[in-house]
Amino acid sequence: MIVLSKEKLPIQKEQDVVLFRNRIKELATKIGMSLVNQTKLITAASELVRNMLRYGGGGITQLEIVSRNSIPGVRLVFKDEGPGIKDVTLAMKDGYSTGKSLGLGLPGAKRLVNEFDIKSEIGKGTTVTIIRWKNGL
Amino acid sequence: MERIPILKMGPFLLVTIQVDLYDRLALTLENDLINMVSKTEAKGVLIDISAVSIVDSFMGRILGNIASMSKIMDAATVVVGMQPAVAITLVELGLTLSGVHTALDVEQGMELLRNKIGQLEQDEEGLYDSFI
Repeated sequence: MIVLSKEKLPIQKEQDVVLFRNRIKELATKIGMSLVNQTKLITAASELVRNMLRYGGGGITQLEIVSRNSIPGVRLVFKDEGPGIKDVTLAMKDGYSTGKSLGLGLPGAKRLVNEFDIKSEIGKGTTVTIIRWKNGL
Repeated sequence: MERIPILKMGPFLLVTIQVDLYDRLALTLENDLINMVSKTEAKGVLIDISAVSIVDSFMGRILGNIASMSKIMDAATVVVGMQPAVAITLVELGLTLSGVHTALDVEQGMELLRNKIGQLEQDEEGLYDSFI
Protein backbone atom coordinates (compact mmCIF):
# COMPACT_ATOMS: atom_id res chain seq x y z
CA MET A 1 0.00 0.00 0.00
CA ILE A 2 1.32 3.45 -0.97
CA VAL A 3 0.50 6.61 0.94
CA LEU A 4 -0.16 9.45 -1.50
CA SER A 5 -1.02 12.21 0.96
CA LYS A 6 -1.13 12.54 4.70
CA GLU A 7 -2.36 15.18 7.13
CA LYS A 8 -3.33 15.40 10.77
CA LEU A 9 -6.26 17.15 12.41
CA PRO A 10 -6.68 17.44 16.17
CA ILE A 11 -10.20 16.91 17.52
CA GLN A 12 -10.77 18.65 20.83
CA LYS A 13 -14.30 19.97 20.58
CA GLU A 14 -17.54 19.25 18.70
CA GLN A 15 -17.07 22.06 16.19
CA ASP A 16 -13.79 20.45 15.03
CA VAL A 17 -15.91 17.57 13.73
CA VAL A 18 -17.59 19.71 11.06
CA LEU A 19 -14.20 20.76 9.65
CA PHE A 20 -12.96 17.15 9.83
CA ARG A 21 -15.99 15.83 7.91
CA ASN A 22 -15.57 18.52 5.24
CA ARG A 23 -11.92 17.60 4.78
CA ILE A 24 -12.78 13.91 4.32
CA LYS A 25 -15.34 14.91 1.71
CA GLU A 26 -12.67 16.88 -0.17
CA LEU A 27 -10.27 13.94 -0.16
CA ALA A 28 -12.95 11.45 -1.23
CA THR A 29 -14.08 13.75 -4.03
CA LYS A 30 -10.47 14.17 -5.15
CA ILE A 31 -10.09 10.41 -5.78
CA GLY A 32 -13.49 10.24 -7.49
CA MET A 33 -15.36 8.25 -4.85
CA SER A 34 -19.12 7.93 -5.48
CA LEU A 35 -21.55 9.92 -3.34
CA VAL A 36 -22.92 6.79 -1.62
CA ASN A 37 -19.43 5.60 -0.68
CA GLN A 38 -18.50 9.10 0.47
CA THR A 39 -21.58 9.24 2.65
CA LYS A 40 -20.79 5.84 4.17
CA LEU A 41 -17.20 6.86 4.88
CA ILE A 42 -18.13 10.19 6.46
CA THR A 43 -20.91 8.62 8.53
CA ALA A 44 -18.48 5.98 9.85
CA ALA A 45 -15.95 8.73 10.60
CA SER A 46 -18.64 10.72 12.38
CA GLU A 47 -19.38 7.77 14.69
CA LEU A 48 -15.71 7.19 15.47
CA VAL A 49 -14.87 10.81 16.06
CA ARG A 50 -17.80 11.08 18.48
CA ASN A 51 -16.50 8.07 20.44
CA MET A 52 -13.10 9.72 20.52
CA LEU A 53 -14.55 12.94 21.95
CA ARG A 54 -16.95 11.29 24.36
CA TYR A 55 -14.92 8.43 25.73
CA GLY A 56 -11.34 9.40 24.87
CA GLY A 57 -11.46 13.10 25.68
CA GLY A 58 -10.56 14.04 22.12
CA GLY A 59 -7.46 13.11 20.17
CA ILE A 60 -5.74 13.22 16.83
CA THR A 61 -7.09 12.11 13.47
CA GLN A 62 -4.93 11.27 10.49
CA LEU A 63 -6.33 11.57 6.98
CA GLU A 64 -4.59 9.85 4.10
CA ILE A 65 -5.09 9.09 0.45
CA VAL A 66 -3.68 5.62 -0.07
CA SER A 67 -3.35 3.33 -3.06
CA ARG A 68 -3.27 -0.45 -3.37
CA ASN A 69 -2.91 -2.16 -6.74
CA SER A 70 -3.45 1.25 -8.34
CA ILE A 71 -6.84 1.60 -6.64
CA PRO A 72 -7.10 4.73 -4.49
CA GLY A 73 -8.83 4.94 -1.16
CA VAL A 74 -9.15 7.09 1.95
CA ARG A 75 -7.59 5.85 5.18
CA LEU A 76 -8.53 7.50 8.47
CA VAL A 77 -6.87 6.94 11.85
CA PHE A 78 -8.51 7.98 15.12
CA LYS A 79 -6.13 8.04 18.05
CA ASP A 80 -7.01 9.01 21.59
CA GLU A 81 -5.24 8.69 24.90
CA GLY A 82 -8.39 7.98 26.89
CA PRO A 83 -9.07 5.15 29.34
CA GLY A 84 -9.23 2.49 26.61
CA ILE A 85 -11.91 -0.15 25.99
CA LYS A 86 -12.10 -3.04 28.47
CA ASP A 87 -13.64 -5.59 26.14
CA VAL A 88 -13.22 -4.77 22.46
CA THR A 89 -15.21 -7.84 21.32
CA LEU A 90 -18.16 -6.73 23.44
CA ALA A 91 -17.84 -3.11 22.23
CA MET A 92 -18.06 -4.36 18.64
CA LYS A 93 -21.45 -6.00 19.30
CA ASP A 94 -24.59 -4.30 18.00
CA GLY A 95 -26.61 -2.65 20.72
CA TYR A 96 -23.90 -2.66 23.36
CA SER A 97 -23.19 0.71 24.94
CA THR A 98 -21.69 1.94 28.18
CA GLY A 99 -23.26 5.35 27.58
CA LYS A 100 -26.80 6.21 26.62
CA SER A 101 -26.30 5.75 22.90
CA LEU A 102 -27.87 3.12 20.65
CA GLY A 103 -24.66 1.09 20.62
CA LEU A 104 -24.38 1.30 16.85
CA GLY A 105 -21.23 3.42 16.73
CA LEU A 106 -18.42 0.87 16.42
CA PRO A 107 -20.24 -2.04 14.72
CA GLY A 108 -22.12 0.40 12.47
CA ALA A 109 -18.91 2.15 11.44
CA LYS A 110 -17.34 -1.24 10.65
CA ARG A 111 -20.22 -2.11 8.32
CA LEU A 112 -19.81 1.17 6.44
CA VAL A 113 -16.14 0.78 5.50
CA ASN A 114 -14.00 -1.77 3.67
CA GLU A 115 -11.31 -2.21 6.30
CA PHE A 116 -11.60 -1.71 10.03
CA ASP A 117 -9.00 -2.18 12.73
CA ILE A 118 -9.26 -1.36 16.41
CA LYS A 119 -6.54 -1.49 19.05
CA SER A 120 -7.17 -0.53 22.63
CA GLU A 121 -5.08 -0.66 25.75
CA ILE A 122 -6.45 0.06 29.21
CA GLY A 123 -5.06 3.33 30.54
CA LYS A 124 -3.29 4.16 27.29
CA GLY A 125 -6.00 4.80 24.74
CA THR A 126 -7.66 3.54 21.60
CA THR A 127 -6.68 3.66 17.95
CA VAL A 128 -9.16 2.89 15.19
CA THR A 129 -8.11 2.71 11.53
CA ILE A 130 -10.60 2.55 8.64
CA ILE A 131 -10.23 2.43 4.86
CA ARG A 132 -12.82 2.96 2.18
CA TRP A 133 -11.64 2.12 -1.34
CA LYS A 134 -12.81 4.09 -4.33
CA ASN A 135 -14.36 1.07 -6.01
CA GLY A 136 -15.93 -0.05 -2.75
CA LEU A 137 -14.22 -3.48 -2.54
CA MET B 1 -25.22 30.42 20.22
CA GLU B 2 -26.07 28.91 16.84
CA ARG B 3 -29.69 27.77 16.46
CA ILE B 4 -31.88 26.13 13.83
CA PRO B 5 -34.95 28.33 13.14
CA ILE B 6 -38.42 26.88 13.72
CA LEU B 7 -41.28 28.37 11.69
CA LYS B 8 -44.95 28.20 12.62
CA MET B 9 -47.40 27.63 9.80
CA GLY B 10 -50.99 27.19 10.95
CA PRO B 11 -51.14 24.13 13.18
CA PHE B 12 -47.68 22.96 12.06
CA LEU B 13 -44.08 23.69 12.88
CA LEU B 14 -41.55 23.69 10.05
CA VAL B 15 -37.85 23.07 10.41
CA THR B 16 -35.40 23.14 7.53
CA ILE B 17 -31.96 21.97 8.50
CA GLN B 18 -29.52 23.75 6.19
CA VAL B 19 -26.27 22.96 7.94
CA ASP B 20 -24.56 19.76 8.94
CA LEU B 21 -25.35 19.32 12.58
CA TYR B 22 -22.96 18.75 15.39
CA ASP B 23 -24.27 17.08 18.50
CA ARG B 24 -24.98 20.11 20.65
CA LEU B 25 -26.83 21.87 17.84
CA ALA B 26 -29.02 18.78 17.36
CA LEU B 27 -29.78 18.62 21.08
CA THR B 28 -30.70 22.32 21.12
CA LEU B 29 -33.07 21.73 18.22
CA GLU B 30 -34.72 18.81 20.03
CA ASN B 31 -35.24 20.98 23.10
CA ASP B 32 -36.45 24.05 21.17
CA LEU B 33 -38.90 21.98 19.10
CA ILE B 34 -40.54 20.31 22.06
CA ASN B 35 -40.92 23.66 23.81
CA MET B 36 -42.44 25.15 20.66
CA VAL B 37 -44.92 22.26 20.34
CA SER B 38 -46.09 23.01 23.85
CA LYS B 39 -46.15 26.78 23.41
CA THR B 40 -47.94 26.85 20.04
CA GLU B 41 -50.07 23.72 20.61
CA ALA B 42 -48.85 22.51 17.22
CA LYS B 43 -50.45 19.35 15.82
CA GLY B 44 -47.60 18.48 13.50
CA VAL B 45 -43.86 18.92 13.05
CA LEU B 46 -42.21 18.77 9.64
CA ILE B 47 -38.44 18.41 9.49
CA ASP B 48 -36.77 18.89 6.11
CA ILE B 49 -33.36 17.23 5.93
CA SER B 50 -32.81 17.59 2.17
CA ALA B 51 -29.67 19.68 2.77
CA VAL B 52 -28.25 17.24 5.29
CA SER B 53 -25.48 15.07 3.85
CA ILE B 54 -24.85 12.94 6.95
CA VAL B 55 -27.22 11.27 9.41
CA ASP B 56 -25.29 9.21 11.92
CA SER B 57 -26.60 7.23 14.89
CA PHE B 58 -26.71 10.29 17.13
CA MET B 59 -28.65 12.39 14.66
CA GLY B 60 -30.93 9.40 14.01
CA ARG B 61 -31.60 9.09 17.70
CA ILE B 62 -32.45 12.81 17.93
CA LEU B 63 -34.99 12.43 15.07
CA GLY B 64 -36.50 9.44 16.87
CA ASN B 65 -36.61 11.36 20.16
CA ILE B 66 -38.34 14.34 18.55
CA ALA B 67 -40.97 12.00 17.06
CA SER B 68 -41.63 10.20 20.37
CA MET B 69 -41.71 13.38 22.41
CA SER B 70 -44.03 15.12 19.95
CA LYS B 71 -46.32 12.09 19.97
CA ILE B 72 -46.64 12.28 23.73
CA MET B 73 -47.54 15.96 23.28
CA ASP B 74 -50.17 15.00 20.66
CA ALA B 75 -48.25 16.15 17.59
CA ALA B 76 -47.19 14.04 14.60
CA THR B 77 -43.66 14.29 13.19
CA VAL B 78 -42.69 13.76 9.60
CA VAL B 79 -39.12 13.81 8.27
CA VAL B 80 -38.83 14.72 4.59
CA GLY B 81 -36.22 15.05 1.88
CA MET B 82 -33.76 12.37 2.90
CA GLN B 83 -31.06 11.98 0.25
CA PRO B 84 -30.81 8.46 -1.25
CA ALA B 85 -27.17 8.11 -0.14
CA VAL B 86 -28.20 8.97 3.41
CA ALA B 87 -31.01 6.38 3.35
CA ILE B 88 -28.64 3.67 2.08
CA THR B 89 -26.07 4.54 4.73
CA LEU B 90 -28.62 4.65 7.57
CA VAL B 91 -29.90 1.17 6.86
CA GLU B 92 -26.39 -0.25 6.60
CA LEU B 93 -25.50 1.48 9.85
CA GLY B 94 -28.41 -0.38 11.45
CA LEU B 95 -30.80 2.49 12.02
CA THR B 96 -34.34 2.19 10.65
CA LEU B 97 -35.90 5.32 12.21
CA SER B 98 -38.85 3.27 13.42
CA GLY B 99 -41.66 5.43 14.75
CA VAL B 100 -40.70 8.36 12.53
CA HIS B 101 -43.04 9.20 9.64
CA THR B 102 -41.21 10.02 6.44
CA ALA B 103 -42.19 11.53 3.10
CA LEU B 104 -40.26 12.24 -0.06
CA ASP B 105 -40.54 16.03 -0.04
CA VAL B 106 -42.07 18.97 1.83
CA GLU B 107 -45.27 18.88 -0.22
CA GLN B 108 -45.97 15.23 0.47
CA GLY B 109 -44.96 15.70 4.08
CA MET B 110 -47.50 18.49 4.54
CA GLU B 111 -50.15 16.33 2.88
CA LEU B 112 -49.37 13.53 5.34
CA LEU B 113 -49.67 15.88 8.31
CA ARG B 114 -52.94 17.36 6.99
CA ASN B 115 -54.39 13.88 6.60
CA LYS B 116 -53.38 13.03 10.14
CA ILE B 117 -55.14 16.12 11.47
CA GLY B 118 -58.16 15.40 9.26
CA GLN B 119 -58.41 11.93 10.75
CA LEU B 120 -58.22 13.36 14.23
CA GLU B 121 -61.03 15.82 13.55
CA GLN B 122 -63.17 13.08 12.09
CA ASP B 123 -62.53 10.90 15.13
CA GLU B 124 -63.55 13.75 17.40
CA GLU B 125 -66.72 14.40 15.41
CA GLY B 126 -67.55 10.72 15.57
CA LEU B 127 -67.07 10.76 19.30
CA TYR B 128 -69.31 13.79 19.60
CA ASP B 129 -72.06 12.16 17.50
CA SER B 130 -72.11 9.02 19.54
CA PHE B 131 -72.18 11.10 22.69
CA ILE B 132 -75.39 12.80 21.57
